[in-house]
Order: sequence, then structure tokens, then C-alpha cells
Amino acid sequence: MKLSMNWLKSMTDVPAAPKEYIAAMTMSGSKVETLEYLGSEIENVVAGRLLSVESHADAAKLLICQVDVGGERPLQIVTGAHNVSAGDFVPVAVDGAKLPGGVEIRTGALRGVMSEGMLCSHQELGLTEHDIPNAPEHGILLLNDAEYGELTLGEDIRKVLGFDDWVVDFEITPNRPDCLSMIGLARESAATYDRSYTPPTPSVKAGAGKIGDYLTVKVDEPTLCPRYTARLVRNVKIAPSPKWMRDRLRAMGVRPINNIVDITNYVMLEYGQPMHAFDYTCLSDSRIIVRRAQTDEVFTTLDDQQRRLTSEMLVIADGVKPVAVAGVMGGANSEITQQTRDVVFESANFNGVSVRLTARALGMRTESSGRFEKGLDPRQTYAAVERACELVELLGAGDVCDGVIDVDFSDPDPRVLPLEWERINRFIGIDVPRETMVRYLTLLGFGIDGDRVTVPSWRGDVEQFSDLAEEVARFYGYDKIPTTLYAGETTFRRSPKLAFDDLLRRLSAAIGYNEIQTYSFINEKAYDKLRIPSDSPLRQVLIIKNPLSEDMRVMRTTPLASMAEVLARNANVKNPCARLYELTSLYFPVITDGKPDYTKLPEERQALTFGAYGEIDFYGIKAAVEGLAQALRMPALRYEASSDPSFHPGRCARVTVDGEELGIIGQLHPMAAQSFDLSVPAYIAALDVRVLMDKRGGITQYKPLPRFPATTRDLAVVCGEELPVGTLEDVIRTAVGEILESIRLFDIYRSPLLGAHKKSVAFSLTLRDPARTLTDTDADAAMSRAVAALEKIGATLRS
Amino acid sequence: MREALEKIRSEALAAIAAAQESAALESLRVRYSGKKGELTGILKMMGKLSAEERPKMGQLANDVRTALEAAFTARAAELADRALAAQLKSEAVDVTVPAAPISVGHQHPLTIVINEVCTIFEAMGFETVEGPEVEYDYYNFEALNTPPNHPARDTQDTFYFSDNMLLRTQTSSVQVRTMEHRKPPIRVIAPGRVYRSDAVDATHSPLFHQIEGLLVDEGVTMADLKGALDVFAKGMFGARTATRFRPHHFPFTEPSAEMDVSCFACGGEGCRLCKGEGWIEILGCGMVHPNVLRGCSIDPEKYSGFAFGLGVERVALLRYKIDDMRLVYENDERFLRQF
Repeated sequence: MKLSMNWLKSMTDVPAAPKEYIAAMTMSGSKVETLEYLGSEIENVVAGRLLSVESHADAAKLLICQVDVGGERPLQIVTGAHNVSAGDFVPVAVDGAKLPGGVEIRTGALRGVMSEGMLCSHQELGLTEHDIPNAPEHGILLLNDAEYGELTLGEDIRKVLGFDDWVVDFEITPNRPDCLSMIGLARESAATYDRSYTPPTPSVKAGAGKIGDYLTVKVDEPTLCPRYTARLVRNVKIAPSPKWMRDRLRAMGVRPINNIVDITNYVMLEYGQPMHAFDYTCLSDSRIIVRRAQTDEVFTTLDDQQRRLTSEMLVIADGVKPVAVAGVMGGANSEITQQTRDVVFESANFNGVSVRLTARALGMRTESSGRFEKGLDPRQTYAAVERACELVELLGAGDVCDGVIDVDFSDPDPRVLPLEWERINRFIGIDVPRETMVRYLTLLGFGIDGDRVTVPSWRGDVEQFSDLAEEVARFYGYDKIPTTLYAGETTFRRSPKLAFDDLLRRLSAAIGYNEIQTYSFINEKAYDKLRIPSDSPLRQVLIIKNPLSEDMRVMRTTPLASMAEVLARNANVKNPCARLYELTSLYFPVITDGKPDYTKLPEERQALTFGAYGEIDFYGIKAAVEGLAQALRMPALRYEASSDPSFHPGRCARVTVDGEELGIIGQLHPMAAQSFDLSVPAYIAALDVRVLMDKRGGITQYKPLPRFPATTRDLAVVCGEELPVGTLEDVIRTAVGEILESIRLFDIYRSPLLGAHKKSVAFSLTLRDPARTLTDTDADAAMSRAVAALEKIGATLRS
Repeated sequence: MREALEKIRSEALAAIAAAQESAALESLRVRYSGKKGELTGILKMMGKLSAEERPKMGQLANDVRTALEAAFTARAAELADRALAAQLKSEAVDVTVPAAPISVGHQHPLTIVINEVCTIFEAMGFETVEGPEVEYDYYNFEALNTPPNHPARDTQDTFYFSDNMLLRTQTSSVQVRTMEHRKPPIRVIAPGRVYRSDAVDATHSPLFHQIEGLLVDEGVTMADLKGALDVFAKGMFGARTATRFRPHHFPFTEPSAEMDVSCFACGGEGCRLCKGEGWIEILGCGMVHPNVLRGCSIDPEKYSGFAFGLGVERVALLRYKIDDMRLVYENDERFLRQF
């Protein structure tokens, strides 16, 4: 909402310095977005009078003017415009002047004749034909008209043309539609400075016949239209509105059109009440009926768009047809034109939700609908229509009929709240005397009667105690409220889940991986890229109804796509290697009748995903997983070759712990990688955070350090390639028994001497008995057991 | 005999002084002072001396032995020092050769900010909790005093799954969930992802992070709200940070405020970061609206509380002077490694 400081000053006396004003308004609760001086682009342009106009000797198109700008001597100015003659008042850009668009004017010679400035057209001053209706399309702006008043020569043109004004743009929050008006902002301004303000008090002479003889109004839908107020103006003379009104509209960002339309806009800005003007002669049967539209009724709005209406929408109709979509936009069929003779002013109150839904359904949010949807004060319709008619008379725009049609179903009783002033002090933490609170509230229009506060009709947002407390707090000053620390009973902690997330992040960093953050929604095509089968439950996804794009449409059930994309992005900017991890939420819908259920919240399950490329192989990413498991003091992880379609069939393992599925690890399938535009081998491990959390070691129960020495033995066996090292380890572990403290693979060796498809695998075993020193005999016996067991699975001791 | 002893002394001392290695020195020790050495050989002849001569010669022989032993010890120490020095010299490294890297990973800038904020509030007794991202309309709007068709919904373009299921637009939904299953005293902070249908550009992302805070108890005042947030601001942005509270409007708090902090780049003088204002808007806050309390079956006549919500990206961008929000979600390692 824009506010003209000049207009504001006509209603209340606030300090002149705009910067101080906006600071004060900000602190009392009216947030300022911008502050602009309308004349900021114009400098050194003054009012002047042409003393003489002569032709240029060498250029027929140029005129040489002597211009009195109030200085010691006239200025000589050469102009190319021909609409000037001696005695005209004109805007003169003198030497050093600045004009909109960064134009600078300097004294200089034009065809050998000195020109000490420039005579300006309205365009050169940043004005349009709407601002200056009678300005010539080509030529100098003449200021001879009486509406420019008595000009002083040399007077700053910004004062003459209404540019000498500051405009504040307020961000008005949706709870305060009353502040979408000059009156509302004047009230807030006055209260901020502890002063009074004087809103207009319209009075209409009327006398052009009785409205009842010309018009009837019927409201069929009182809940959607609590109040409908109308007046009739006859013998309208459509003309431009006067300069003072045009200047104010322009300052507020509204384009002047003609007197009748300008009056409706002016009253809307002044009172916050949207108005509409109908051409009376277009109203069939001289009736206005406020009713629901018929289904599929077609209607052309003022913007010449055809609209298909529904019975959910409220229209203003005459005896035959709709003439406006209530609170949204008027119709082309009753528009004010140059030929309009009689005008009906509508000042109505419509239900906010209804207007909002209608505007949304029609895809047209207008100035009017934006105001109605916030809930306007039904009390203001009468004053607004009165003000419009007063302006008609003031502007000589027509003859106002006697009487007001006012169909009022609204609740006339104001809201009354108790003034719990001590409770307000306790709630805010201040100590403000009762009289001070009463003063703040009175300035804002609240009525105080003993301990009863009458809420003004325009403050629909004030419903209870805390709303009154806010009024007191903001005028007392938020900055004056002390700062205290609440004591009270409390717990000091992070939820176990979030604490665990934090631990996972720290451990992932410790093992050399960098954290990424990716979007929770992905493109559904990612499932194809990942080669996930069409019948996979992972494809049961929640789909956003109104996505920004296909790439952000489905809630991910796999972390692989986002990781693959980020790996590809890094590879494609030529980062030689990457070590990345992400703690992601996955969204698994509840499945009802085989389909995602859109009435129940999905299960949000976390995954910890590692991704890497460059100087890494399968065992590199496995090391990361093992390092993490070790730091979490988990039981041993088990790896089993897996044929997950997203991964390289020979380089992928399912990871389990205590028989529970922990996740998957492997090289991204080359075809999947290719579809993500990833041209290097990439390794990914995706782990279920819930399982990590369940299986991590609890509070350590200390074990005594060993008192007896360990014995180490090496063991090398030859076996077929197909026999996994993990199986060999398992067999050794079982055969050796409890005295096996640890087993470490130290070599895998292949050679033609071993035979085709054979490998030699060498382990180093550490044996220890916690209760005594192991003898060589004990160790030898253990090794014999291992060798015997290995032979049974086809692994023979390497000779 | 005297001559013989003097000769041994002078010869041996010269040889010891000339010895260059500990092995050579050791063989000199054997040759002169060993059991079969020259000195021992001479002492064996002591018996042939007269009783008068014997003590004199004995004295002399002792002197020679002592002198030789001292010389051996001294020379041995010298040689050991020299050998050590030579070894150390040969072991010298070029300290400017780069080390083989030990790679420690980096946390994402958003995580760093979230952790810092939560840590500060945890120290003030807040418990960090979380809530679902896919949420019912009820928790995201309705229970927060924003009924259907409320104009305030316009300011938060929402992603919907169905009429009553959506991606939460604010972590405030966690307020309601918390108050539904806990009764005062309540003191929680809830970080998490939120979603709004804003196209991606330098300052917008359809996904961003917020941190919600909530304290409800008996007799909680707006002064307490200011106090807690002032402590937070000083912890987060430095001990000299000042705070400014401006009235504002949120449907679920009353009174409501926005909090600015004195610019952490210029200290409030006015600079590019704060657009010359000296203040930077950091968060929205207020006293929990009585309708919200009532909706969670908490009696507003008995209890009061405050709540606040902070945009994590905004703080991270300002703090690290990141000029484009897209970088945060692009995850280029060259970016990630800077934090």
C-alpha cells in the first residue's frame, strides 16, 4: 500500500522528515518496504514565462525564446516545438538541470544561437497523457491553465506538477485491511505520534430526484453480501478529474482515467472500500439483484475476457443479466464510457472467502478482490458512497439524487472486550499505567467505558486479550520491553534420533566424506535411469499435485538418484575425485489397495548414503562403511554378493547386521551411470539409519586388557576362484574357536603355477587364551583344525 | 721402566686422539689397557724393582692408567657425539615436501548453522526435536490459526499431495505436534526442511530449512521472548550483537514480531550486506496465539508461551557471504570443502 505524504498531511500532522517518519512507523507496526521522492529524477527545472518567441535565422524549424524564470535577466532558449507563444507559462530546464532517464541539460549553441536550457514537454518530465489530459501530444507542456494556480516565476517545477511528494510503500499484513487506506494509515500515523487525525466527513447536497424512483436493489444472498449501499448520480459529465486528484492518484500508483472512475479509485484509496460505478442505462429493469451466478452463465468482464461462471460465484445482476462479478470485476456491458449519463455507485460488503474463491476460480486477482478477501468493515460502505457523491458535487461531475439505498444485514453490534490491564502488563512483562493503555487504545479508535473496550468496526482482527496486548505493546514500544530469561523446569538435550544424526555426520566427515544436501523430490524418470524394475515397491511414490517441474515431482523412495546426479555434476566440472555423503529422508507412502494412500502420512525413513568416484574401488567404499560400523561399535557386518539392478552385477553386496538388512553397497551399474551422464565408475553405499541406530554399541562394558601373550600364525590356502574369502574366514573362525582373537587377510595371489581359476589366500591369525599362556601345541592343534575344515570346502594348505 | 711408562703414555694418548672410529678406539684400549695390553705387561715387571723404587713406579703406573682411561672415555664420548651428529644429518628431511593427505570431510554449511543454533538453545534448556515433512493441512495451517481460505495462505505457496496432505511450508507444524503430546512446561527447538512453490533462483529455493522454537509454561512473558532471542543472537553472531524487535503479523502468534540483529559485517554502521540499514532481519517470533494453545488443549488463561522461526539458508548465505542460493544445493566439492 502506497502512501502520499502530502495526502497524509491533509489528515494529520506528522513530522516532516520522511526518514524519521518511516522509522517510527516501522517500530509501531507498519512495515515500510520503500521510500521514494517522486521528484528525485528532476532537478533545476522551474516555471518560466515566455517574453518573446522569434524564428531562428538559420533554421526554420527552431524558435528562439526569451524566457523569464524570475532571474535578473531573461534566459535565451532555443526550442523545436511550435505550440508556444509569448506570454505562455512553461517548464524550463535551466543549465545543469536533470530530467528523468538521466538526461542532463547544459547551456550550448544550437545552430549558432546560444540556448541556456530547454523548454520541456510532459513526456520529458516523466508524465503521460493520463497525468496531463490536455497536454499536446507533441510540444511543450503549457502551464497556462488555472489548475496550475498562480505561478511564481522560477518556482521549482516539482512543486507545480505534484512531484514534490514522498511516497512510502507499506507492507500491510493480511490481518490489517483497514491499513490499505489513507484513513487507516493516517490513524496509525497519528497514534504513533500521539496526535489526532481528521478523516473526511462527507456531506452531500443532492436534489436531483429520489433514487427510489429510479432503482431498486435486492440482495438474495445476505451471507455472501452482508451490506449493499448504492447512490445514483444523474447528468454525468465525463471529463478528466482535476489536477489535485490526478496528482494524488499518480503518487499512489493509480493511473487517472476520468472523473467518475477516478472518484471510485480515490475513495478506495482513501477509505479502503472498493467501489464500482455502473452505467445506469445499461441496467435492465432498473434493478440490481445480488445473487449467485447460474452454472455456466457466460459473462464478459471489463478486461474483455469471457468468463464462465458457476453457482458458487456471487454476481451483481440487473433484471436480466450479470453486470459484475461481486467484489472482483465489473462487466463490459455496464462500463462507464464517454457517453454515460447516469451512474450508480456501488459500495458493498462481500464475504471475503467467497470473493477469494471466485477470484481464484476465475484466475483474476484484482485490487478489489485482494481487499475483500481480507475481510472489510461493513460499517464503512455508507461513508464511502457518501464521499464519492460529495466528490461528484465538488468536481461538478453530475447531479446526485436524494437518498441512499442501503441493504444492511451486517451485525451492527461492536465487539466488546474486558480491559485486563494488569494481565496485559504481566503478559508482556512491562509496567504501563492503565491511563497510558487507555490513551493508546483511544488514539486507535477503541472506545473505553470503565473496564470495557469497544473494538472499532474496522478492527476485525482484534478478537481477544492478546490482540489488545499487542496494541499496547506496539505503542509502548517493543524496544522498551525489557529482556529477561525465563527460568522454569527443563530438560537439556537433543532427541536421541537427532543426536545420532549428528554423530553420523561427524563420523562420515571423519572418514573423509563431504556432506551434500539435495532436494527431497525427484523426477519419476530417475527410477528408469536406475534400472529399477517396473513392479518394484520403490516405484510406489507420492506425487506432488502442483510440482514446479517434472524434475521435482515425486517424493524420493531411493537416495541413489540424487547422489548419482551430484556425482555426475562434480565429475562434469572435472573435479578429479569426490567423496560425498548425505543424510536423506525417504518417503514411503502407506499402501492401500495396492496404491499410495493420499490420506495418510507416509513413513519418512532416513538413509545415510556414501558416494564416491576417482581413486576408489569397491573396497574403498566398503572401507568407509566398515569404518563407520567400527566407530559405532556395531557387530560385524556381513556382505553377500547381490544382483541389485542399479549396481554392477559383479560389484555389489547386500549388507546385513545380525541378520537385519542394513543396506546396499557397490559400483553404480555402468548403464545407470551413463543415464545420469556420469562417465567415471562411481561407488555408492546406501544404509538404513534406523538399523544403524538399533545396532550401534550401547554403553561400553569394559573388558580387562589381556594378561597373557598372543601367538600369531600365518595360514595360506589354495582354492577355487568361486570360493569367497568371507567363507574361508567363517570356516577358520568356527574351526579355531574362541581362542581366535582376530583374523586378517594379508594376501590374495594368482599364478599359472596354481592352476587356472585358482587363488592363494593368506591370513594372519592371532590366537590368545584369556586365562593362560598358549603353548605351541595348543596353537598347532588349532591350526590343524582350521586346515582340516578348509580342506572340506576345497581349500588346501599351500605347500 | 719409567721411560717405558712415559713412552706408553705419550704413544697411547697420541693414538687415542687420532682414533676416528669407536672400533679403532676399542682396539687401542685392548692394546694398551687390556689384560694382555702393554701397560699390564709393564706392571708385571714391578716385582723386579727395589722396594724403594716400587711405590714410585706404582704411583706412576697408576697415573698413566688413569690418564689413559680418562682419555679413552673422553674420546669415546667425542666419537659417539660425532657419530650421532652424522646420523642425524643423514636423516634430515625436506620439511617443505607436501604431506600425504589425511582427508577429513566437511559438513554442509546448512548443517553447521543448524548445529550452532540448536546448540545455543540446548544450552538454554531447549530440547531439539523433529516432525514430519509430509504433513496434514491441519498441522501446517489450520491448527496454526490459519483456516482454509485464510489470506495468509497466499504468502506461502504450498505443494499439495491432496486436499489435506501437503509438504509443510513451515516448521511451526512441529509446535502443534509437540503441544498435542506434551503438556507444559514445554521447551523445544525443531530444525527441518520446509517447502514452498518458489522457482529456483539466486534467492529462492523450493526447499529450504527452518528452525522453530517453542516455550510454553506459566507466566511466560514477551520480555522472556526478547531475552531468549537476545541470548541466541549474541551466541550466534557475537557478544556485541544488538537485537531489534519490530511488530509484525503471523496468524499463530499474538503479539508478533520480527527480530533484526545489528549487522555482523559492519556492526551497525551500514554496509552492502545490510543495505545500509545497519540491521539484518533474522527471524519471526511472537507469543503463542491463544487459539493455537486452545486447539492443543492448553488453557491460555493459565499458560502462555513464545515461539519463533528462523530461516537457515538466510543466515548461512549472509554469514558466509554466499551470493547465490543455488550453490547450496548444487554440492560442488570445491564449494563444500570451503566449510
